[in-house]
Amino acid sequence: MGQITLQGVQKSFGPVHIIKGADLDIADGSFVVFVGPSGCGKTTLLRLIAGLEDVTGGAILIDGRNVVDVPPAKRGLSMVFQSYALYPHMSVRGNIAFGLKMAGIARDEINRKVESAAATLNLTPYLDRKPRELSGGQRQLVAIGRAIVREPKAFLFDEPLSNLDAALRVQMRLEVTRLQKQLGTTAIYVTHDQVEAMTMADKIVVLNGGKIEQYGSPLELYEKPANLFVAGFIGSPKMNFVTGDLARQQGATTIGVRPEHLKVERDGQGGWHGTVSVAEHLGSDTFLYVDAGPQGMLTARYIGELDLHPGDKVSLIPDPARIHRFDDSGKSIHA
Amino acid sequence: MARMVTTQRKVISTAAAWLVGFLIFFPILWMVLASFKTELEAFAIPPSFLFFHWTTENYVTVQERSDYFHHALNSIIIAGGSTLIAMLIAIPAAWSMAFSPTKRTKDVLLWMLSTKMMPPVGVLVPIYLIFRNFGLLDTRSGLIFILCLGNLPIVIWMLFTYFKEIPKDILEAARMDGATIGRELIYVLTPMAVPGLASTMLLNLILAWNEAFWTLNLSTLEAAPLTVFIASYSSPEGLFWAKLSAASTLAIAPILVLGWFSQRQLVRGLTFGAVK
Ligand SMILES: Nc1ncnc2c1ncn2[C@@H]1O[C@H](COP(=O)(O)OP(=O)(O)O)[C@@H](O)[C@H]1O
Ligand SMILES: [Mg+2]
Repeated sequence: MGQITLQGVQKSFGPVHIIKGADLDIADGSFVVFVGPSGCGKTTLLRLIAGLEDVTGGAILIDGRNVVDVPPAKRGLSMVFQSYALYPHMSVRGNIAFGLKMAGIARDEINRKVESAAATLNLTPYLDRKPRELSGGQRQLVAIGRAIVREPKAFLFDEPLSNLDAALRVQMRLEVTRLQKQLGTTAIYVTHDQVEAMTMADKIVVLNGGKIEQYGSPLELYEKPANLFVAGFIGSPKMNFVTGDLARQQGATTIGVRPEHLKVERDGQGGWHGTVSVAEHLGSDTFLYVDAGPQGMLTARYIGELDLHPGDKVSLIPDPARIHRFDDSGKSIHA
Repeated sequence: MARMVTTQRKVISTAAAWLVGFLIFFPILWMVLASFKTELEAFAIPPSFLFFHWTTENYVTVQERSDYFHHALNSIIIAGGSTLIAMLIAIPAAWSMAFSPTKRTKDVLLWMLSTKMMPPVGVLVPIYLIFRNFGLLDTRSGLIFILCLGNLPIVIWMLFTYFKEIPKDILEAARMDGATIGRELIYVLTPMAVPGLASTMLLNLILAWNEAFWTLNLSTLEAAPLTVFIASYSSPEGLFWAKLSAASTLAIAPILVLGWFSQRQLVRGLTFGAVK
């Protein structure tokens, strides 16, 4: 079991409030991603759950038990650090076995578990190597091995892939998700990369300035962002925002349209008129950055190749069903 | 073409390195050679390099006139003792400053280092008087005390930089893995800190062994280490080159041997962090 609940969790470092009251319910076996800009408190929140920092207020329940006064090792969680944090003087085997050794498990059982974890992660040929003799990806696998071998209630990942190169990151992303589904263990995964969040998560927690902005499945966040921040943070390229008369006509202070929901027409009727200022041709997609006068700069995404170039006149027609409306305070208005 | 230039360069820089090495080593070589000459030959002009009458009589005289082993034992006790005590004080001090620093940690470190900037001779009189009043003159414990204090700032500073290099994440990983403070110390921290501890200890040992100012001023015979033993051969009655050389050779031999066998450790320790 690994059901985690946060109730009004707060954290201050001296006079600075970093986490301003977080409430969250994480279901057993789910993959939850904390996402948000750098410095918003993702790591701090994760470390509070791990027990590496003490809460200033609120409660953290693991399977119904408040653990705020329980030391990290007794919470039954394992953590994978951004820096890998392997023990440099121990072999891969020693690294993976360390937690079991500390738990006083019999030696042949340790060996069996370590070897089965290594097999799962394709680390068997490297068991007797030292961390410095491994590549970055392999080191991260060892760190993951160290986490899974203890059969924890939940895994905590703190930006585990951010030190890897792009190709490896995609591959490891799949690997981590596959492993988590196979083990069925609850996972909390911290990242600042919204693509990672969207692709890996069952549920996403969007954090901003120490507050939870929204908690929901990736598609919920995409289709029904709770506010301007989430709308702008989730989705790539970013959602277009338009204020002024156009918004007021829709009964909102701000309206938002995603680049993929703007239909592009050459000198068409209706919609918003503008001039292409940059066109990016990827073959699979065409991204247009359009100077639309009173509406400002707008981004449009076209699936496939569109033969448009800087200086071309276009009109952009928003899909009426896909216009997001926001009120004065930035909250979503739902019809 | 480019290849030839680099080969040429290599030859020149190798030759230059050997030349510099030889220049640095030459005085020591000369001293060792002189220790096997007679007093007359040691002074001879032009000096003979290798073709002289080799003799060991200087060593015999030196041992007869002043007991080498007595002084060597003093050196070992004083250098070893002061190193040991300095390490015992410095490890917890550096430890707490590295792992739970406060606002004042930087200032404390700087203050410690600043004590090394004062010339020792500036406090010779007060220290001498303190030693006299407490009956510490010419005692081993007195010398252990003063050398330990003298080296402590450097030892703490070195250990602090080593401990600082140990990533906090690794200690936290150990804590997540269920290691208690004691086991974290035994299984994780100590093995990672050992190279730093060893090279600090070696350096401190060498510094204490070679320390001449306090040992010369605060000891005469009973507690006198090898530095005093060497100095006794440059006396007002005349300079005995050959005997002085023999005494010096005897005095530096142990530390030279220690340095030789530990040079890899020493270099690794001193460049720790610079090359990862
Ligand atoms: N130990 C600490 N002492 C003081 N401030 C801290 C400490 N740890 C983090 N912070 C501050 O808390 C904020 C959030 O940090 P963090 O949780 O690491 O952000 P994120 O992981 O989202 O990038 C940052 O402004 C950071 O400076
Ligand atoms: Mg972080």
